[in-house]
Amino acid sequence: MHSERASLGLKIAAAAGLLFMHLPILLIFAYAFTTEDKSYQWPPPGLTLKWFGVTWARPDVWEALSLSLRVAAISTVIALILGTLCAAAVARTRFFGREAISLLVILPIALPGIITGISLRSAFNLADIPFSFWTIVLGHATFCVVVVYNNAVARFRRTSGSLVEASMDLGANAFQTFRYVILPNISTALLAGGMLAFALSFDEVIVTTFTAGQQQTLPIWMLEELVRPRQRPVTNVVAMVVVLVTFLPILGAYYLTRGTDTVAGQGK
Amino acid sequence: MADTAHSGTPARPGPMGRMSDLLWRRPGLLILLLILPPALWLGVIYLGALFALLAQSFFSIDPFSGLISYELTLSTYGELFRASNMDIILRTVAMAASVTAAAAIIGFPVAYYAARYARGRWKALFYLGVMLPLWSSYLVKVYSWKLILAKEGILSWLFETLHLTWLLEAYLSLPVVGGNSLSVSWTGTFLVFLYVWLPFMILPIQAALERVPRSMLEASGDLGARPAQTFRHVLLPLALPGVVAGSIFTFSLTLGDYIIPQIVGTSARMIGQAVYQFQGTAGNIPLAAAFAVVPILIMGVYLYVARRMGAFDAL
Repeated sequence: MHSERASLGLKIAAAAGLLFMHLPILLIFAYAFTTEDKSYQWPPPGLTLKWFGVTWARPDVWEALSLSLRVAAISTVIALILGTLCAAAVARTRFFGREAISLLVILPIALPGIITGISLRSAFNLADIPFSFWTIVLGHATFCVVVVYNNAVARFRRTSGSLVEASMDLGANAFQTFRYVILPNISTALLAGGMLAFALSFDEVIVTTFTAGQQQTLPIWMLEELVRPRQRPVTNVVAMVVVLVTFLPILGAYYLTRGTDTVAGQGK
Repeated sequence: MADTAHSGTPARPGPMGRMSDLLWRRPGLLILLLILPPALWLGVIYLGALFALLAQSFFSIDPFSGLISYELTLSTYGELFRASNMDIILRTVAMAASVTAAAAIIGFPVAYYAARYARGRWKALFYLGVMLPLWSSYLVKVYSWKLILAKEGILSWLFETLHLTWLLEAYLSLPVVGGNSLSVSWTGTFLVFLYVWLPFMILPIQAALERVPRSMLEASGDLGARPAQTFRHVLLPLALPGVVAGSIFTFSLTLGDYIIPQIVGTSARMIGQAVYQFQGTAGNIPLAAAFAVVPILIMGVYLYVARRMGAFDAL
């Protein structure tokens, strides 16, 4: 008979695995308060709140944060539109090239980011497009489509097609059917997908290094600090804030799709 | 009008209505309109860029002028087989394989417990426990390991407090895996890779395990199998597609990464770093493109094998 209680060894292994995934992130929180500013000394010689003020007064951090938020917002909007259209077409019908389309959507995230990045960069060079805010958005929107698509396609499959037929039979036009029948059905899936796309874009660094010119998104700023540390305590504070900020959309997406057959965020 | 009359419904009024009728009668047109924007975006921007890059791998760089000569040649691919470049490829594949194996070993118990034993509140806890690290900032995760592995960091402190510094030093003096300190050693790179990609392994394994019906395990037990036998002969084969699916992520992500080995690791390069340097400072786009083809090819083979093992059903 299969026992219903886990053995002690399994419990320890599972708990150890979870701890391994969480302790390093928690460590960041401790470092944000350290008084040591030259090295990564542990344990911290003292605790202070000073670095929060220093970080607050840094214009470069604010600029990077603002750019990241704007890029993420616009990329998310584009990804929402493209991902939903694609999901609507793929979910309920079979047509020529359907498999190719679903592969095409996944490809930007299935191939290593460096390949997506270099491809876009050399294409921009070939087409003489100068690097700007919009080249960053172009790259981000491309790999964010898949997150929205995954969430939307699962929801479309569960939504009964007869609802749409009934609406059309009762005289609603295509726009009304979309507004009053389809949208309420898929809205939470879209919201979850949108949040995940936002988080993905907000955090992206590999593709961005190739599609950004002189501008710095927050991850690019962090990468600079990692490669050539200038003011470590400021980096510590920014890292902690980034962790807190990205947790919100993830928790939001989880609560929005909890209890359905596919919970958002399984495929990053 | 005649069209709608025989279908028994009156035509919808207004231009919006006429358009709706048209789309309703021609679903093919609707599909086309739906699929056109995303297909154009991905097809033109993404595939276009990808092919532009791959095409460059068939050009070569003139050794004297340093300019790209636009004649079709396979010589750039030939350069990949030079000893120093082969080293980079083999080193990266070895790293990807060991990270994948370790992630499967550490991830399996977590996925197994979450799928079979965790209920209610615990289930949600386990789920978020994997999701939050999966989605937290990649750079922050790498950064946290820079803090951990630093010479004055928490790990050295831990060894010192336990009076085990000699053990750490003995380990660091080993060839290949050791180094000056953990943050500039292969072990360090390996640990960071393992940490960053572990959630990608756990989720597919958990999904595969959750699809194993409980009755199958009970049947195995009723037929006389000991728990270890049930695990070995029933559960493990059913979980294998999940492991393979997870390994696709860990393997592919390790193959293409260039930031982790740059921040934590030795000066020996991996494929991602080679691509980055060849296209950037070296200005050798053809060789960078040829190098970029290597992970694509490896993943192509990997995906083909994975598909044969049924890994895609577990995604």
